[in-house]
Amino acid sequence: MLKVNNLHAGVEGNEILNGINLEVKAGEVHAIMGPNGSGKSTLASVIAGKEEFEITEGNIEFNGEDLEEASPEERAHKGIFLSFQYPVEIPGVSVTNFMKTAINESRKARGLDDMPANQMLKLIREKSELLEIDRKFLSRSLNEGFSGGEKKRNEIFQMAMLEPKLAILDETDSGLDIDALRIVANGVNKLKNKDNAIIVITHYQRLLEYIVPDFVHVLHDGKIVKSGTKALALELEDKGYDWLKNESVV
Amino acid sequence: MENKIMDLKDKMVSSFLAFENNVDVDHPIHDIRTEAIKNFELKGFPNKKQEAWKYTSLNSLQKIDFSIFPKESNALEYKDVKRYFLHEIDTYKIVFIDGVYSSFLSETTHDGVDICLMSAALSKPMYKQIIDVYFNKVASKDESLTTLNTAFSKEGAYIYIPKNKMPKKPIEILHFATGNEAAMLLQPRNLIIVEENAELQVIERHQSLTSNDVLTNSVTEIFAAKNAIVDYYKVQNDVENASLIDNTYISQKSNSVVKVHTFSFGGKLTRNNLNYYQNGEYIDSTMKGVTILGEKQHVDHHTLVHHREPNCESHQDYKGIYGEKSTGVFNGKIIVDKIAQKTNAFQQNNNILISDNATINTKPQLEIFADDVKCSHGCTIGQLDEEALFYLQTRGIPKKEAAALLMYAFANNVLESVRIPELKMRINKLIANKLGVQLGFDL
Repeated sequence: MLKVNNLHAGVEGNEILNGINLEVKAGEVHAIMGPNGSGKSTLASVIAGKEEFEITEGNIEFNGEDLEEASPEERAHKGIFLSFQYPVEIPGVSVTNFMKTAINESRKARGLDDMPANQMLKLIREKSELLEIDRKFLSRSLNEGFSGGEKKRNEIFQMAMLEPKLAILDETDSGLDIDALRIVANGVNKLKNKDNAIIVITHYQRLLEYIVPDFVHVLHDGKIVKSGTKALALELEDKGYDWLKNESVV
Repeated sequence: MENKIMDLKDKMVSSFLAFENNVDVDHPIHDIRTEAIKNFELKGFPNKKQEAWKYTSLNSLQKIDFSIFPKESNALEYKDVKRYFLHEIDTYKIVFIDGVYSSFLSETTHDGVDICLMSAALSKPMYKQIIDVYFNKVASKDESLTTLNTAFSKEGAYIYIPKNKMPKKPIEILHFATGNEAAMLLQPRNLIIVEENAELQVIERHQSLTSNDVLTNSVTEIFAAKNAIVDYYKVQNDVENASLIDNTYISQKSNSVVKVHTFSFGGKLTRNNLNYYQNGEYIDSTMKGVTILGEKQHVDHHTLVHHREPNCESHQDYKGIYGEKSTGVFNGKIIVDKIAQKTNAFQQNNNILISDNATINTKPQLEIFADDVKCSHGCTIGQLDEEALFYLQTRGIPKKEAAALLMYAFANNVLESVRIPELKMRINKLIANKLGVQLGFDL
């Protein structure tokens, strides 16, 4: 599904990603771990198409198609979703209206008419139940005055509504208490199936107890320095990141 | 020398004699008019050397050969102008076509309240006492454009709401310009009196239906007695050859609340002189604005709040979005007299520039003579947040629509206080149109 080939990218001449290779297949869950500043969030943003970053070498393929020319919205229409670490507040636009706009823009891009209102309501009801979201929450302005947990839950609700092929969850666990974490992780697990894939970006392995990865990659200085199974995450939890840094020097 | 068009100032002054042929020169207000034209003759049009007009030039408007008295009034079919009315709800309507009252398009009343015409109020003896007490009592007697309007004042809206009354529905004041003349100068004069415990909602709109130049120099006086509540909405969405100078003067007594919302999306040049005078305690004066401009449009908001008594509040919140080569001005003056202790005065002006060629000049002007007051002001000028744009794009919303959503969110808290839901919806649609987007739901 996703193939990242020798990806070098940066901002204004400062290279942040230093030759990333990553392949994610349908049905898989990948975790990307690494210390602060290792390039985790940059990798997520570059895959989602953030214009601020310039790709200097390598490329990203999604279902066999080079994404180089695709805008962030076109990537979204192709099925890429990025859950933000810090979701943006949009006063005056309710969660429901925001989802209507997002879904109908995606449909428009695929040559479909707007989703009929009753179908939209049904979908919203179904997905909000999945994430244990109160109906009242849906008429509130998007992310405005939401707690950290509400924001993250709302991100996963949007993911549920948009049904992406590839979901990248950037630090979804940060700022969540254990109950919120469980609800968010359960939601993600229910959305997971053999046709979609998930990349979980996290600093800690805590989230990976709930969303169990098939593969774990460790990012350091813009490079994947080690890949393995879930056991690698536990090892990192035990030893911290320093042993890897030393190892990569060798 | 070229065949020179008469200077607009000279033209106005010399037209006053012709004007006098058509009004009752024995009416006491004619002395006020005569005084006013003298003042205007002395001062002329404001120019950029004056601090208050530093960023707004009337020079090009003065070169236009305006017709001052429409020769005949055009008829308009309701179906042709329906879209300018808030037709979703029932309203009282005071409608003028080329400055002349249109009884056909209007819906006035004398049922417990007076919602009618200035010309009627000036000519009928039953209104004489009220005219004596209120006419030209809060409007400036030396600001030149106001005095120009006063000199030629004879028509406009007259609204009188007696004690404890509230009209059954909102009032729309609409001025249409049809282009019957090559270029037209209109000078409507409105007088609005809201007595104790009375309440009022007004929507005012100036709409040109022609590509000919139109200049409107309007004066509105509003008197809010004790406990009165006034909601006044100005919808400025005129065509590209129409300019507006709106002079609004508000006098408030104790415990009254007067809110003016100004929505500026259209027109060539718009100058809003919004002046509040607090003449009592526990007064709330609120002014809010959303300005969205493109092309070479120019809007200048000049506000004044004069706190003259203790324990009062004023709130100002103006949001501006400037694109292409548009220019905006915000000048907010707050005067707190020495006696006006415990004043709370807040002023906020936030702007987004979406083009490198757009300009905003923003200036707070605080003159505080009392020591126990809370005054705050803040101006910001910024651009759209790239991170927020990216967030919306990752949800599949194209950049243009994403930008529109962010601009809408930026202006939103001004819209929240619009108390007529249908008007709020209309403003939302005007905003979506102005931003050139369809968002799949009514903003």
